[in-house]
Amino acid sequence: MNPIVPVPPLEPPLTDTAIALTLVLLLLAPLSVAGLALITTGLGRSRSAAQALLGNLTIVAVAAIVFALVGTGLAGNLSGLSHAVHLARKPWNWTGAGPLFLHGFSSAPVQRQLEILFEFLAVMLAVLIPWGSGADRLRLAAGCAVSALLAALFFPLVAHWIWGGGWLAALGANFGLGAGFLDAGGAAPVHALGGLSALALVWIVGPRRGKFPREGLSTAMPGHHVVYVLFGCLLCLVGWMAWNLAGAILWLNAPLTALPRNAVDTVLSASAALLATLAVTRFRFGKPDASMCANGWLAGLVASSACAALLTPGESLFVGLVAGIITPLLVEMLELALSIDDPSGAIAVHAVAALWGILAAGFFAPESGQLLAQVVGIAALLGLVFPAVYLLFAILNRIVPFRVDPDGERIGMDLHELGGGAYPEFVIHRDDSYR
Amino acid sequence: MKYAGLLVMPAGFFLTAAALVLFPGSAQRAVFVVCGLAVEALGLGVAVRGHMLARGESRR
Repeated sequence: MNPIVPVPPLEPPLTDTAIALTLVLLLLAPLSVAGLALITTGLGRSRSAAQALLGNLTIVAVAAIVFALVGTGLAGNLSGLSHAVHLARKPWNWTGAGPLFLHGFSSAPVQRQLEILFEFLAVMLAVLIPWGSGADRLRLAAGCAVSALLAALFFPLVAHWIWGGGWLAALGANFGLGAGFLDAGGAAPVHALGGLSALALVWIVGPRRGKFPREGLSTAMPGHHVVYVLFGCLLCLVGWMAWNLAGAILWLNAPLTALPRNAVDTVLSASAALLATLAVTRFRFGKPDASMCANGWLAGLVASSACAALLTPGESLFVGLVAGIITPLLVEMLELALSIDDPSGAIAVHAVAALWGILAAGFFAPESGQLLAQVVGIAALLGLVFPAVYLLFAILNRIVPFRVDPDGERIGMDLHELGGGAYPEFVIHRDDSYR
Repeated sequence: MKYAGLLVMPAGFFLTAAALVLFPGSAQRAVFVVCGLAVEALGLGVAVRGHMLARGESRR
C-alpha cells in the first residue's frame, strides 16, 4: 500500500469570474436543503411535524460539525493527498489523507476552498434523506447518530472517489473508461448514498405502527401538509440549479457559456418528470396525486444531478420523463409489494432516480467506455457502500436505538420528544389506523 | 436471509473490480462488469425477500 499519493491538480485553474460565480451559486444551494426539509416535514404526520423540522435542523448541524472535524480529512480535497492501493500496476485511490479539523483551510487555494464548501453543503443534503424516511418513528438522537456516521465516513469516502481524484474518477486514466466516473451535481455521494441509507434505515427501524395491518392492504398515511411539500419543491428547483451549475464549474471545468444550457436541462428534467408522474397518477388513481407529483418533480431534479451538465435539452427531457414514470410506480411497489414503509419516498426519489441519472450520463455520452465507467460507479454504490451502511446502521441501532417506544409513536413524536406539538391550537384526531 | 443477501452484494462488486483488472478487452470487461452488477441485484433480491419474510412473520 502506498501511504500517500498526491491527487493531480485541476487544470486549468478557475478564472476569477468562475470563482465568484461558484461562490454565489453555493450560497444559493442551501435552498435545496430548506426545500427538502419542508418536503419531509409535510409528508409526515401533524403530530410529528415539529420534531421532523427540528430534526432536519439538528442533523444538518451535526453533519456540518462532524464533516468539518473529520470528514474533510477523508474527502481529501484540502491537501490533495490520498491513500492508494496498487493493484495490477494501477493505483486504486480509496481515501483522502487530508488534515482533520479543517487545518489549513484558510491558506488553501481558493478553488480547494470552494470544493470543500461544495462538499460541506452537499453533506447537509445527504443526511436529510434518511431522516425523511424514518419520519414518525425515528428518534432524534438516532437521527443525529446516523447523520454523524454518514458525515464522518460514508459521504467523505464516496465524495473522494468521485471528486477528490479517487479510483472512480481515475477509471478513464487507468482503464480507458471514457473520462472516468462523472457526477457533477452529487447524484452519487448525495442522493444515491442518501437513498440507499434510507433503505437501510427503514429496514432496521421497521414500518410505522398500523401501516401494515395483519389483514388487508397497507394503511394509507398521507402527509399532513401538501402545501409545505409543493412549496419545498419550488425551493428545491433554485437549490438544484445552483448545485448543478456549481458542480459543473468545479468538477467538470465547464466554461461559463455552458451554464445556461445546464440550468435549462435541470428545469426540463424536473418538468418532464412532474408531468409524467401527473399522467401516471391520473391514469392509476383517476386524479393526479399532489404528493406523488412532488416526488416526481424531485426525482427529475435528482436525475439531472448526474447528467444535466452533459446532456442536450432533448436528452434531459427523456431522462426526466423516465424518472417521472418509474417514481410513482416504484413508490407503490415498495409499499404494497415489498412492505417497505418510506413516508418521504426517498428510496425511489433519491436512490433509484440518482442511479438512473448516473446511468443516463454514460448512455448519452459520446466517449466510448463512459457507460461502463458509470456502471462501475453504480456497482460500487450498490455492492460496497450499501451493505457497509446497513451493517454499521445495524450496529449503531444496538448502541442508540433507532425506534421510539410504542407509546411515543402513539402520542406522536412532538409530544414524546419535545413536550409540545407543532400546532397547539388544532385538535389532533384519534388515529383510527391503530387496531 | 437478509444478511446472506447483503453478503452476496460485495461479491458482485469484487467481480466488477476484477473485470477491470483482468480483462483489457472492452467486450469481455463489459460482460463481466454487467455480471457483477447482476450478482449485486441477486443479493439485493435475496435481502428484500428476507425482509418480506420477516415482515410476514411479524404480522402473524
